[in-house]
Amino acid sequence: MVSQQVKILIVVASLALLAYIVPHSGSFVVLLATRTMAFAILAMSVDILLGFTGLSSMGQAAYFGVGAYLTAVLATKFHFGMGWDFWLVVVLGMLLGAALAALFGLFAIRAGGVYFLMITLALGQCVWGLAYRWNSLTGGDNGINLSGRPNFGLDLGNDVTFFYLVLAFFAASMLTMYVLVRSPFGRSLAGIRERELRMQILGYNTWLHKYLAFIIAGGFGGLAGVLWAHTNGHVSPETVVLTTSVDSLLMVVLGGAGTLVGATIGTAIVFGLREYLSTLVPWWQYALGGVYVLTILYLPMGLMGVPRRIRQWLGSHGGKEGSKKLATKPS
Amino acid sequence: MTSRLQTTLLGSAFALALGLTGPAGAEELRIGFIAPVTGLYAQIGKDMVDGFQMYLAEHGNKLGGMDVKFIVEDDQGKPDTGVTKAKKLVLQDKVHMFIGGLLASTGYALAPVSTSEKTLYISSVSSADDLTQRQLSKYPYFVRTSWTSSLPHHALGQWACDQGYKKAVVIAADYAFGYETVGGFQKAFEDCGGKVIQKIWPPLGTKDFGPYIPTIKADADMIFSTMVGPMALQFPKQLRSAGIKKPIVASGVSYDEFVLPFMGDEVIGDVSALHYSAAIDTPENQAFVKAYRAKYGKMPGYYSENNYSTAMWLDEAIKQAGGKYPGPEAFIKIMQSIKLKAPRGPVELDDMRNPVENVYIKKVEKKKMSGYDKDELWNTVIKTYPRVSQFWTYGKDKFMAQPVYDRDFPACKFCE
Repeated sequence: MVSQQVKILIVVASLALLAYIVPHSGSFVVLLATRTMAFAILAMSVDILLGFTGLSSMGQAAYFGVGAYLTAVLATKFHFGMGWDFWLVVVLGMLLGAALAALFGLFAIRAGGVYFLMITLALGQCVWGLAYRWNSLTGGDNGINLSGRPNFGLDLGNDVTFFYLVLAFFAASMLTMYVLVRSPFGRSLAGIRERELRMQILGYNTWLHKYLAFIIAGGFGGLAGVLWAHTNGHVSPETVVLTTSVDSLLMVVLGGAGTLVGATIGTAIVFGLREYLSTLVPWWQYALGGVYVLTILYLPMGLMGVPRRIRQWLGSHGGKEGSKKLATKPS
Repeated sequence: MTSRLQTTLLGSAFALALGLTGPAGAEELRIGFIAPVTGLYAQIGKDMVDGFQMYLAEHGNKLGGMDVKFIVEDDQGKPDTGVTKAKKLVLQDKVHMFIGGLLASTGYALAPVSTSEKTLYISSVSSADDLTQRQLSKYPYFVRTSWTSSLPHHALGQWACDQGYKKAVVIAADYAFGYETVGGFQKAFEDCGGKVIQKIWPPLGTKDFGPYIPTIKADADMIFSTMVGPMALQFPKQLRSAGIKKPIVASGVSYDEFVLPFMGDEVIGDVSALHYSAAIDTPENQAFVKAYRAKYGKMPGYYSENNYSTAMWLDEAIKQAGGKYPGPEAFIKIMQSIKLKAPRGPVELDDMRNPVENVYIKKVEKKKMSGYDKDELWNTVIKTYPRVSQFWTYGKDKFMAQPVYDRDFPACKFCE
């Protein structure tokens, strides 16, 4: 059994390795890594809901979308956020994401299970509809082009510089969420996931806990959106479309829900197959489909469950150490 | 020193592991081609690639004497994936130019990449009006070889008015492309004295027109439609079976060769306008249609023709540049000086880098044509408007002073 400290060390070491290797490996890889990490923040926010609170949200693209559109609209219509005020946009993006989640949460949190899924889906589609139809603000189907990235002494127009910035945001988000899920608040979320009724009987206001988790996830979704808008300099309704929500959910399931790291691995694999493998071979979709099917069939706990599967297979008794809890433990 | 070496080693090991390759030797023209070869628009994406590749195959994989390295990238019908792929083509494959992009939104997303990477982008299908109008100054390395959405529809508006139609109902897919086609038609139609009395906007992808057809005003004497993909198949069928016999005068995409072979006899007699028809009766087009059908077993539509003639354009431009690629600015100048005899007819660029080309008013007919022995549906050309500019007869300055066509522009003055 690997201890928590070792796991943290592995994550820190991988991030450091990433920061070292990526800039030396071709500009396209830099771009892909940047996109992956920006999207991984969204995937981790989904994990807060799915993995730690037991809520499968199908509308996470909404918060991602408002963050991205906020960035694009401010930059193109008000020339705001292209200098030091970029940091203000980051804060605004998180606040807007959180505010929207606070509004949507009022409708969604009342329900659970598949009903929660349907309500978040519907609310997410409302945002997509706005993006698609509010032509004067969003440019409709054509979307919005940003003219370059912010420059505040540090020129983010340089892909490598921007990569480091996104890496920093990614690491900070992961740390914040990790601290959050390990806090008493995070523990009570896990309690709600396991058995909500018991938590209520113990005197917890479970509605409020879920509502707060929903708002926090929305805030991180907004942050991911701000960064995403700058990765490609283009925001369109495709950013907010249902498949973005579904993708983020699938990435979490693929990597392993309730681990944060799993969400990141899932994102990396999907982006790797969809955006890198697709430049090499035409059958990348089969590879992606195959990965999904095999994961669901053999790794119900996602790729983060692989070490445990291996231990089981080797015949060691993983059960002793609390087998069920293992995969859902944050690592 | 050691750390430097380590860095390089590590980097190259990683690059190798990912299968990166450096740029190849000289005298090779590297062309990146972006099309949605998977996803919802996969078939159209394939048609685009086929058109370009057919020209390459006919010319020994050479353009203007240069060997061509043709790299197809899949944008999956998503603008931001298109951007990623365009950057991949420029940064990793070091292409001289990238071509393609189907959707208007993809065109809008790709144009800035050409500016930031200082690489030529040729839009060979995507037709968003503003790229070669009010926004052109932002994109010095952008050229369009296809059309603007409103271009054929100005001519169609004039034609409909000349036929004596007075009141039109428009029904068009509810997105930017639909707005621009309607805008072109309405502007020319109303300037000539016609009236658009109703606008109906079904969402993109509508298959059941049940809620829309009964609302069509009875006093209209014609219907203008812009239907895309599966919508194009469903709309005429459902309209006619609802007993509405009003003539349809439509955008060319509602009846192009991409959907025409799958349509029923109810569309015979419907009129549409576009800058291409497989039934154009010129030796260039007949040869193109024959070769295309022999190779791919289907009728070529404008998706294929526009890319075929783009390759033709490049061939001529490289030839004039002396068998080498002279850099984007010089290359654009050469492209602007060329008068091309394409299958679609004579084409040249205006000073806003958009084609000036023929617009064909076409009527669907069932007949034998071009030596094929079966009765088929053809878009027979009934009138040709030669050398139509994106500004129609309004002149560049006057046209550019008005806003881009939108859902509410031109306003529907005669709607009740």
